[in-house]
Amino acid sequence: MELVLAIGIGVLAGSGVFLLLRPRTFQVIIGLSLLSYAVNLFIFSMGRIRLNAAPVLDPAANDPALYTDPVPQALVLTAIVIGFAMTALFLVVLLASRGFTGTDHVDGRER
Amino acid sequence: MRTLIFRTAAPFITALMLLLSVFVLLRGHNDPGGGFIGGLIAVAAFAVQGIAFGVPVVRRAIYFHPMAIAGSGLLLAALSGVLSYAFAVPYLSGLWSAPSLFGVTVDVSTVLFFDIGVYLVVVGGITSIALSLEEREDG
Amino acid sequence: MAGESYQVDRAQAMIAGPVASADWLIVVPVVLPIVCGALLLMFRHRMRIHAFMALAALALVTAANASMLRRVLADGPFSMTMGGWLPPFGISFTADVLGVSFALVGSAVAFICCLYSLGDIDRTGRRYGFYAFLMLMMAGVNGAFLTGDMFNLYVWFEVFLISSFGLLILGSDKAQIDGAVKYAILNLVATTLFLIATGYVYGTFGTLNMADLARKVDGLSDTAPLMTLSALYLLAFCMKAAAFPVNFWLPASYHTPRIVTAALFGGLLTKIGIYALMRSMILIFAVERAAYSMPIAIVAGATMILGALGALAQSDLRRMAGFLVISGVGVMLSGLALGSEGGLAGMAFYALNSMVVMTALYILAGTMGAAGAGFSLHDLGGLYRARPLLAAIAFLLILAAAALPPASGLWPKIVLVQASLAEGAGWLAGAILVSGFLTTLALGRVFLLAFWRPASASLPIARVPSLSLAVLLLLLVPVLLVGLYPEPVIAMSGSAAKGLLDPSAYIQAVFPQAGGG
Repeated sequence: MELVLAIGIGVLAGSGVFLLLRPRTFQVIIGLSLLSYAVNLFIFSMGRIRLNAAPVLDPAANDPALYTDPVPQALVLTAIVIGFAMTALFLVVLLASRGFTGTDHVDGRER
Repeated sequence: MRTLIFRTAAPFITALMLLLSVFVLLRGHNDPGGGFIGGLIAVAAFAVQGIAFGVPVVRRAIYFHPMAIAGSGLLLAALSGVLSYAFAVPYLSGLWSAPSLFGVTVDVSTVLFFDIGVYLVVVGGITSIALSLEEREDG
Repeated sequence: MAGESYQVDRAQAMIAGPVASADWLIVVPVVLPIVCGALLLMFRHRMRIHAFMALAALALVTAANASMLRRVLADGPFSMTMGGWLPPFGISFTADVLGVSFALVGSAVAFICCLYSLGDIDRTGRRYGFYAFLMLMMAGVNGAFLTGDMFNLYVWFEVFLISSFGLLILGSDKAQIDGAVKYAILNLVATTLFLIATGYVYGTFGTLNMADLARKVDGLSDTAPLMTLSALYLLAFCMKAAAFPVNFWLPASYHTPRIVTAALFGGLLTKIGIYALMRSMILIFAVERAAYSMPIAIVAGATMILGALGALAQSDLRRMAGFLVISGVGVMLSGLALGSEGGLAGMAFYALNSMVVMTALYILAGTMGAAGAGFSLHDLGGLYRARPLLAAIAFLLILAAAALPPASGLWPKIVLVQASLAEGAGWLAGAILVSGFLTTLALGRVFLLAFWRPASASLPIARVPSLSLAVLLLLLVPVLLVGLYPEPVIAMSGSAAKGLLDPSAYIQAVFPQAGGG
């Protein structure tokens, strides 16, 4: 399980960094999104991978050994919300920039 | 996208989604859900209505400017923590009370008001972005 | 069903006794701007009251910060943990001398910029929410300076990144959008690195509270993750602080927005990166910082020299101010490389001084541009004859920016040079002095061309609004006062450095009952 997760995070991060270095702003935004998926998965896995354990307290059987660590999941939620707001704002700016120059090249002009 | 089928179905879809968004908001404390995802469902409802009938209809229906809704949500969320000053507990402490309304015990808390504030912020902010994008498409 | 039933003991998780109302002062610099920003968003159409609400909120925040500074100088750090949870489970806000002094100067600078904006932002700018974004940005800035939790620091970084992005694109002309895109992409990469490091901190230590990390970092048996963590934090915060070689987002974006926005950015944003460097590298990863001190020193030297050379090469006033900000960051990083009490005290004092002086420099550039024929040195001229008061203010500000007497920038430079010589890094002291010399050349060239050279263009020189002159004087007076009487500020930055190097008082404020940990 750890191997699959690690390979998944690696692939996402690698694709994200590749797209980040591309000349078009849309590719850069997709690259940032992929990178943020990789980082969110990484933070989630910091809670140690456990199967069949929810971070929710069951009042009937309150044995702490049955639950996963809820803090990394809360961190991931916050990071997702922040990333979402930033991506939405960035997309609006990208559309405005494309309206000005007719192209979404990062330098503002086609070569 | 103003086809007849979409225009007929859109009001029902929008109404159901708005109801679902409030349900998800209120459910969020003890079960999966919460203010953020409830707000996103509400925004999707407004976006559907905007695609079917055009953005001016939606703006008239919302009545307030979306950014004003976001501001009121932010105010509610920030002030929900201030109430704990009166009880000598730190900022954003969860204060609970269970008044009985029409014979039913309703659990209200500062946590609920914070979540409603988050819901309004998401609805206001993302609706304003979604409607401005849809306006750009039309014009 | 595994194991027997587990009894929940609330006393181990929640705060038992009442919280003193004086402690609530620590949330005022964050909550008040958020509330004011929310009100400004709600009352978007009553544009006449926007500026006054913003000014009132910033004045109250500055007063709260000043009161907190008096308290921490007298009694030591204090803390409040949100939600009634005990630290490290709850998010702590901890006020110590370093954080509160930065917050005080930051909010005072923002107040003065808000005064300047009365003349700079017109109705369209207000309608698009300049003051609302300003309030949210100040909430993020104050939150970053006052928080005691690593992930909360990330949240406040993102809050001010998004608000500053909104401020950058206000006005929506092509150059601004272009600068905003570059600013956003590169700063987002920096915060992504910060997030990776924070996640890794949680995985390694099990806690995110800064005081708890400061306690636990010595006890870790396996030190390999610490080097990775400190390298990630160093890179992320150096990107935020615009250190060479990751500084290129700053010259790409700071010259594009309105002058008041550029002044706010030049004064505040890089200093938040400097503050975060001090917190993470000294309070938490002190041993690893010592291991990295040579690379940090090389980066500091390169940043200050290349920043000054960049300033010398520019003919646009705003671009030059951007490179001077970078050069200042390099001088501050040399204090981090030294890591001694003198180095850190000089770094803190230089940062506080730079907040005021760089803001003033951008406002001066704006005033000169509005008075003369634009921002380019090729076109400006004859301002000394036409506007002698502006010329006098400009001369004193140039002395301040070049860290020459009688301005306050002289003293942290002396402290840093002394600290470098004491540590045996004579080349670093030489680099500081050379960068100061190059900065003097660059600014002297500005004065020579824009003020002394006779006016070449036949356009008349416009009247300088008295608001701009008043704002410049408001910024200049403390610079000169501290320059002539620096003892209190030197003592304050010394106690800030001591508080960082010996975190026992900081840890005691967050964990009052701590015996062995």
